[in-house]
Amino acid sequence: MSFSALLGELTRIHGVRGALVVSREDGIVVAEALMEGIDGRAVAALAASLSGRVAGLTRTLGQPEPVFWQLQASDGMLLGASGEEGLLLVLVAAAEVNAGELRLQLLRAAERAA
Amino acid sequence: MRALEPWVEAPLAGFLAESDARLTLLMTSSGQVIAQHGFTRSLDVMAAAALGAGILAATSELARVMGLPPLDAVAHQGKLLGIYLAAFTTPRGRWLGLVVYGRETSLGLVQLFFERLVEELGRAAPAELPARQVLAEDFEPELNRSLGALFGR
Repeated sequence: MSFSALLGELTRIHGVRGALVVSREDGIVVAEALMEGIDGRAVAALAASLSGRVAGLTRTLGQPEPVFWQLQASDGMLLGASGEEGLLLVLVAAAEVNAGELRLQLLRAAERAA
Repeated sequence: MRALEPWVEAPLAGFLAESDARLTLLMTSSGQVIAQHGFTRSLDVMAAAALGAGILAATSELARVMGLPPLDAVAHQGKLLGIYLAAFTTPRGRWLGLVVYGRETSLGLVQLFFERLVEELGRAAPAELPARQVLAEDFEPELNRSLGALFGR
């Protein structure tokens, strides 16, 4: 499945403002589907940094790297799932969205992106 | 961090804090080093400034030969270190930035905060000085003068 098709599916979920495939090591956008006003390059850079720091934390704790993380803020949320080949799938969503459904869809998409 | 012009200090300090860059060099296209962070020897700054300007000039020329628009930024990625090199326009003329970063940060973060640095420099710059022609023969004397100031000699 192409990245654009994958991102298109994710952005059709109610409350999703954007989806990106990001190079985890570089924090660079590989593919994106974003609502107007969202700075994809900033989201990619910061999400990759966050992902790297969370992975560093779990390594320090002697645990395997997480496959999924979620950052909840007052006005929305950011979700990330690790894919194969150093890719990270990131969703930007509204605060009121069903986080459980998003998590499921994101993990499924990360598997398909492999 | 040392800067020749005080108005550069706050934007550069913000960039360094956010990007986690190890080395940073800001210079004019005529070779005057405006600010540096992380370099301990003037010789290193001189070499980095000359090589950085050379790389950007070479890539711009390559783009011209291929009929492409000029390239303003170049990124080199190594296993342990990366280099981000970019030309940008300020109210004080065209400047070059050279950033060396490690695995504690990423190219995406460096690019993101470098763009913010450029915006902040544009806002912080005092009224424009009269433009003067940039000559190749000015490069080395300008560089030596600014190195003396940046390393307190």
